[in-house]
Amino acid sequence: MIEAMALCKRFGSIEAAKDVSFVARDGEITGLLGANGAGKSTCLRMLYGVLTPDGGKACIDGIDIRGETSKARAHLGVLPHAAGLYNNLTARENIQYFGALHGMTAERLRTRTAELSLALGMSGFIERRAKGFSQGQRIKVALARALVHDPGNVVLDEPTNGLDVMAIRNLREMLLALKGQGRCVLFSSHVMQEVAALCDRVVIIGHGKVLADATVQEIRERSGTATLEEAFLQVLGDTEGVS
Amino acid sequence: MRSLFIVFAKEFLENLRDRRTLLSALLFGPLFGPILFGLMVSRTLEQSVVESDVPLKLTISGSRHAPGLTQYLNAHGVKVTLSELSENEARAAVRGGGSQVVLLVPEEYSRLFTAAQPAPILLFADSADSQTRKIADRTRAILGAYGSGIAQLRLQMRGVSPLLSLPVAVNEVDVATPTGRAVVVLGFMTYFVLFALLMGGLYLAIDSTAGERERGSLEALLSLPVARAALVGGKILATCAYMCISLGLSLTAFVCVFRFVPLERIGMSANLGLHTALIFFAICLPFVPLGATLMTLVASFTRTYREAQTYLTSVLLVPTLPIAFASIYSLKTKSSLMFIPSLSQHLLMTSVLKDEPILLPDVLVSAAASLALALLLFVLTARHWRRETMLG
Repeated sequence: MIEAMALCKRFGSIEAAKDVSFVARDGEITGLLGANGAGKSTCLRMLYGVLTPDGGKACIDGIDIRGETSKARAHLGVLPHAAGLYNNLTARENIQYFGALHGMTAERLRTRTAELSLALGMSGFIERRAKGFSQGQRIKVALARALVHDPGNVVLDEPTNGLDVMAIRNLREMLLALKGQGRCVLFSSHVMQEVAALCDRVVIIGHGKVLADATVQEIRERSGTATLEEAFLQVLGDTEGVS
Repeated sequence: MRSLFIVFAKEFLENLRDRRTLLSALLFGPLFGPILFGLMVSRTLEQSVVESDVPLKLTISGSRHAPGLTQYLNAHGVKVTLSELSENEARAAVRGGGSQVVLLVPEEYSRLFTAAQPAPILLFADSADSQTRKIADRTRAILGAYGSGIAQLRLQMRGVSPLLSLPVAVNEVDVATPTGRAVVVLGFMTYFVLFALLMGGLYLAIDSTAGERERGSLEALLSLPVARAALVGGKILATCAYMCISLGLSLTAFVCVFRFVPLERIGMSANLGLHTALIFFAICLPFVPLGATLMTLVASFTRTYREAQTYLTSVLLVPTLPIAFASIYSLKTKSSLMFIPSLSQHLLMTSVLKDEPILLPDVLVSAAASLALALLLFVLTARHWRRETMLG
């Protein structure tokens, strides 16, 4: 479970996050929807502890990310916005490097990499160097890297960016599989259809504030509109840039 | 500590697989210097050896007015070409490069010479040409010797002891040891060694910081449950490892190159065997972590590979500044200078080259100063890596 409690963050004169609170539950996919520059990445970065909030706190499975950073991170897999690989390492080495830094033993790493390779369909390129990988292959390796220590919670920052239709479909299946395993999945996106197709709950962010936090169904009912698109637009008000 | 070695092993392996950077770091850096240096030195030496062996060539016009002089020159191994030129023709001949130095004996020479008056000779040479200048100097010396011989004969004929004209007899005693003389030639070697040492780690320092950021793998790495000091420590350690390899290769190359440089032909010997190379390695070793942390710190502030390259090229010049000062003010090895990294290594290595004894406290102070500065820079680097701005 991932909890954001009254998170505030300011960069100079810009308030990137104002009193952001929401909960992403286990066994659910939670979508963080907002326009470019709405503060999605800032919120996620505070959740996985690379940004220090000016106010409020973030907890992973009830563990404060600022207080016990290492312990909290052991429960958390992160796929940041920029999820680059090491081109001179093979897919397996990329995954195992992160696993080793999580403190996993060589034995455990071997079995876990085999599991992930099977689950994500990476057996065709697991021993190849990442240099010539397609975007789809890259995202698989990056996701495997984030999941190597078998975390109960997964945070993904705009994971579908730059992916083609097939790769997006693959990713969607992977996220649904994670949900099926009872994990808590939190991902951000500015693509409404993507969020609608995948999420159990949606948190809509605009100008650093939470504008709505409900199930897709609730949002539709509350706004009283027929289509999702109109519902979202109504919640977002004048926020432009959501496609 | 375990994380530090995991990062170290990964960075070491990754850099090892990058053929292009490996080539420039471990081949170009350490080998280019010694080879270029060896060629330069042996060419200079060969030239100076050859010049004193080659007979002096002169063109003389009007030699019939001075048969004694012509005979003297022939007897002293000068290759004399006889010709008849006017003053303007002689000038043109030297300017055109046809004959490098021309002696013109005027008609009144024989009359004045017989009358024991100063007899004029014109020497045409181009002083802007370094080659001609040397020939002119040799000509002047041989003419001077001829003149003083004649003077002594004249005094003797008049019953005066020629010794009267020699009030002072100067005897030069050169105290330079053969190795000491070679140091003038080898002065730049220490610079090449320190340069190769830094070059060895340059690419890794960039790749593991700015490269990681540009590639987009930095944020994932920073969200791992690993202390930032361990992350950057492992990266610096890997940089150090490549710098040590580069240093070792560079010193090996210097030892090999100096086997083939004919230093002994001009009475010099380079004190550069395997033993010296090992001492050099020990002297330079404390400079390795300093160079690595300095480069990593600077590269950590940059956003892209290219930007890092630009800044680090200037960083490569930093250790050369004290060495440049040392040669401008001809600084000698002093205990008080051992606190300055790079300068202390330069002075210690020069002392070893000169066969001078080096004091153990000096070596220890030099090492301690470099390591202390390295530690300070490491603390600064680790602190920078803990900042949010590292995300870029």
